[in-house]
Amino acid sequence: MKTHVLFNLFAAFLLADSLNIEDSAGQFFSSGHTNNWAVLVCTSRFWFNYRHVANTLSVYRSVKRLGIPDRAAIENDDKFVFQVTVENFLRVLTGRLPPSTPRSKRLLSDDRSNILIYLTGHGGNGFLKFQDSEEISNVELADAFEQMWQKRRYNELLFIIDTCQGASMYERFYSPNLMALASSQVGEDSLSHQPDLAIGVHLMDRYTFYLLEFLEDIHPASKANMNDLFKVCPKSQCVSTPGHRTDLFLRDPGSVLITDFFGSVRKVEITTDAINLSDPIKELEENSVNGEVQKETYSYVDQLPVSEIIHQKPKQKDWHPPDGFILGLWTLILLVFFKTYGVKHLKHIF
Amino acid sequence: MATTEVERRRGQLAALSIAAVVIIVGVPLWWRTTETYRAWLPVSQINELAKLQLQLSADVEVVFARGTVTPEQQKKVPLTQTQDEERPIDEDTALRYRYETRYRTATIMEEDALNQATAAEADLSLHTLSESPCGSVVVYVIPESSSLLSEDVNVYIGQRRTALMRIGPQMRVGKTIEQLLAHLEPRIKQVLQVMSFSHTDITVALSDRVRFSPDSKDTIADSMRAFKSSPGYEITFSLLNPDPKSHRLHWDIEGAVQTYIQPLLTKLSPVANFSIDSQTLYYAMLGVNPRFDTSRNAFTLNADSLAHVINPVEARLGSNAASSNPVLNFLLYVPDAHHSPLYIQDRKKQEVPSNAFHSPRWGGIMVYNVNGFYGSEPEFPVDVNINMAKVMGVFLAQLRLLLGVQSSTPPPGFLLAPCGSTGLADWELDRLMWSRSVENVATATTTITSLAQLLDQIGNIVINDNIAQQVSSAVTSLQLAVAELEAGNLGFALQFSKEAILASEKAFFDPSLLHLLYFPDDQKFAIYIPLFLPMCVPILLSLLKIVSEARQRRREKQAKKD
Repeated sequence: MKTHVLFNLFAAFLLADSLNIEDSAGQFFSSGHTNNWAVLVCTSRFWFNYRHVANTLSVYRSVKRLGIPDRAAIENDDKFVFQVTVENFLRVLTGRLPPSTPRSKRLLSDDRSNILIYLTGHGGNGFLKFQDSEEISNVELADAFEQMWQKRRYNELLFIIDTCQGASMYERFYSPNLMALASSQVGEDSLSHQPDLAIGVHLMDRYTFYLLEFLEDIHPASKANMNDLFKVCPKSQCVSTPGHRTDLFLRDPGSVLITDFFGSVRKVEITTDAINLSDPIKELEENSVNGEVQKETYSYVDQLPVSEIIHQKPKQKDWHPPDGFILGLWTLILLVFFKTYGVKHLKHIF
Repeated sequence: MATTEVERRRGQLAALSIAAVVIIVGVPLWWRTTETYRAWLPVSQINELAKLQLQLSADVEVVFARGTVTPEQQKKVPLTQTQDEERPIDEDTALRYRYETRYRTATIMEEDALNQATAAEADLSLHTLSESPCGSVVVYVIPESSSLLSEDVNVYIGQRRTALMRIGPQMRVGKTIEQLLAHLEPRIKQVLQVMSFSHTDITVALSDRVRFSPDSKDTIADSMRAFKSSPGYEITFSLLNPDPKSHRLHWDIEGAVQTYIQPLLTKLSPVANFSIDSQTLYYAMLGVNPRFDTSRNAFTLNADSLAHVINPVEARLGSNAASSNPVLNFLLYVPDAHHSPLYIQDRKKQEVPSNAFHSPRWGGIMVYNVNGFYGSEPEFPVDVNINMAKVMGVFLAQLRLLLGVQSSTPPPGFLLAPCGSTGLADWELDRLMWSRSVENVATATTTITSLAQLLDQIGNIVINDNIAQQVSSAVTSLQLAVAELEAGNLGFALQFSKEAILASEKAFFDPSLLHLLYFPDDQKFAIYIPLFLPMCVPILLSLLKIVSEARQRRREKQAKKD
């Protein structure tokens, strides 16, 4: 099935109307989005990956400062009960969560949402390591974004990754309106910024450090655009070569404001009309049963169902044959064969 | 020597039989056991739906009052006409608008109704006579000399589904019925654009399938402002009291909702379900500092700072954790005593009469000044009874905008009746139902076709029976919705389209569709080689040996012959 690619001409209207301050509708055209989301993922565990957690929290701070409210989803292995696994990450992106998932853990974006996705951790050529036990490949990520596009779950998406060989993660993107930044090219490592002698680990990664420095200068009304973001952390400071990809993005990066993704500036319109209501308010009837008003008693749901946790059944894992099973099986077959027919029959085979 | 021959024979037979068992029994067994369960999907029907041919039919009734038709023309009436307008959108989507127009003359009772003093009264009495079905439009053509409409007004659109249209002067109209109809046609079409569906509205509704290039600013703003079609919405009314020490606020929110908002929501119930909450928040500040304007002796908030008001407040608003329906927030802010009165200014530095603003796809905020209630010697805290009629008037207007009810400015010469006590005219409801049906159908078809494509592309995904069932029911509902749109039954079409959307969303977002998205080739080889290589090598080698021996024997036989 062909994907419909009739692009709207927002850019043309943008140039024409951005100069017209009288027109209240002019504010709409600067980006075409009405709300912002940010998904910040730290995929590492263990104390020596302190810097990855620090990276994520620093981006969280910038994003919060510029206005994205706390309902934006954050995944960090020690902040939420939400386990950070590849499956959960993809579920949040594509929206395939079980019906019992509450609002605060869903990405409730629509076709007018701009989404910022920030990933940090350990990566390689074409994959990113999650929690030291699984990986997500660039193809899976590209497919997830395509599913988001098909379901119109984003207007524009900015993807920032700070890992080794980060550029390999955005190589396979093919959906429209994606812009990607990575801290290093394929074959390069992303380096950390400085060690802290007191706690003995590195505090932050270089790319995110300079990114944070850049973002500190951005305030909600700032007019800095993406081209400035691409210049963050040149090779002299970062040692690795940051890369970016804009070929899938509709608008010219120079016209995209940083606050389009990092901030959340709401569009507002003045309400010019009001409806004239003249009926008086109806009196509500008192419900008197036996002369008493029945009141429902409410109680809090058990926040930590300890008894359930203790007596939880272990998660059903798929059955695998025991280790060495196949090898043992073949050895047995060969032994039986040669016992029956004798070793001299080897020559019939070889 | 015979024994070696027999042994060799036996060896060859063993090798051949092993190879035969592997190929005939082993390979199919491995194939079946590693197959993923994929229930049957109606792929051919889905592909048919991918090419969407929508036909929207509207019934129009044109009633000629006395004095608009000559006796000769009257002989030809009643008469029915059908008009089709083809509008291809792109290679996969095509629209056809069908207008079935019935022309007739007015009955005695309708003539009496049209003799009322004002257009509003005429409208009211016409409705007592007959009820027009959902999706239809009735146009009453009144003579040019009629006093119902004022000089500059040519068309009056009522609160239900009727319009009063003034006919042009006799010279322009002409003598024959054909000329009369030709004169009326463009004007009736204009009326239909306002009261029924217009091409722009429908293309906006199709925006899920087709990214279009809009030709007017208003269309973009409209499409960005209104919430997308959803089976349910949540409305939350919040009273923000930053200064409880000075103001003790009383608002009869339950009564106000029951009287003013509920009628609108009941009328909109075919479109969506609504649930309403209300809350009061204390010590909730705005987050922007208003400036004191000495010329007006009041505090002002200018239009640019309004954008920064919402986010700090939003974190405190809360929402219903259980549902993922879109939320509309309506905030009533009573400024604290030190910053009263507070007025909102638009870009031209003019005061806004409603003192309210709204944000697309979010909700609205109204500032309610209470310093008028202080009296001569205010003793804090002051008891304030909020005038809910005024507040709800503003919120109702904002609600209409956010739900997409408001239409663009009508053409010149049109007068729209103010919406009634429900806050929604019948024809506005029809418009909403048309665009929602089309939007639902477009979204559901895109969802289903992209799901089918996804499942086709990724061979490793398990398709459970419940997913197949949801897909089938979505396909059936879609086909029914398209058929009802063609027949002109708007109510049924909307209902089927809603069912289609629910089923398709359920199927697309089923949590089980995330398994095993991608296996790289090197991983597949790494799994299968240790299993199959030890088995295949002896078999292959023995087969090769058999073949080479056979060839050698043939050569020997040849040599013996010669």
